Amino acid sequence: MSRILPYPVLSAALAGTWLLLNAPVTPGTGLLALAVGLLVPTVMRALRPDAVRVRALGALMRLVGVVAYDMIRSNLDVARIILGLRRGERKTGYVTVPLDLRDPFALTVLSVMLTATPGTLWVQYDSDTGTLLMHVLDLTEGDDWVRRIKTRYERPLMEIFA
Amino acid sequence: MNAADLPLWGAWLVVGLALAGAGFALTGALGLIVLRSFYERVHAPTLGATLGTTLILCSSMLLLSLIEGRPVLRDLLIGLFLTVTTPVTLVVLARAAAHRDRHAENPESPPVA
Repeated sequence: MSRILPYPVLSAALAGTWLLLNAPVTPGTGLLALAVGLLVPTVMRALRPDAVRVRALGALMRLVGVVAYDMIRSNLDVARIILGLRRGERKTGYVTVPLDLRDPFALTVLSVMLTATPGTLWVQYDSDTGTLLMHVLDLTEGDDWVRRIKTRYERPLMEIFA
Repeated sequence: MNAADLPLWGAWLVVGLALAGAGFALTGALGLIVLRSFYERVHAPTLGATLGTTLILCSSMLLLSLIEGRPVLRDLLIGLFLTVTTPVTLVVLARAAAHRDRHAENPESPPVA
């Protein structure tokens, strides 16, 4: 398994990209996609990155749903703030989140998720203490951001990249 | 089928999605003017990079799929690559601003995590 497919996720992604670019799928493009997926990742061996191991596909699907929902909702919230439709005082500020995540891939995914939701911004992560500093556009409701990030994002990520 | 033969419902859907996406991108651009501090303004362009892009890409995929009579999903790749690259810009911008503000001891500078 690991000799032929050192990076299974990368192989699948490359083959999928090839097929999407060369749609509609014919036997020829299918064969080429297979070749790309099998051969290109062997180049990566020279760089020796750690292979991504994705577990818990169910949790992954659920997380995609959660992030899509949060992304749409925060887009609407931020649009309302910019257009001046949000009533009342608004407070912005920083939130410090102590993270238990250590896996570099999981942290990367978390940073993409936090940046893809317009209301939150990843400012800084300290790998010594494992704390994340983020900026939140609308802190007014005092929503428990630390708990929200830990239960909604961090727990599923730990399950997936465990 | 060429663009002129597009069914009416399809045309409306394509236009609606494209305009909604453009609306979000415009709102994000407005945010750069409206919001006050740097850290607030960094949130604004994300609107165009997330929901704006998604809606415009959906519109594009729908139009091409209807015209070519088969699902055309190439644009998913645009969405994928934008999603993984935009955060790099924003995180680097935020870190640079944080570094500069702390160095200048601005009152707005982020706390040390």
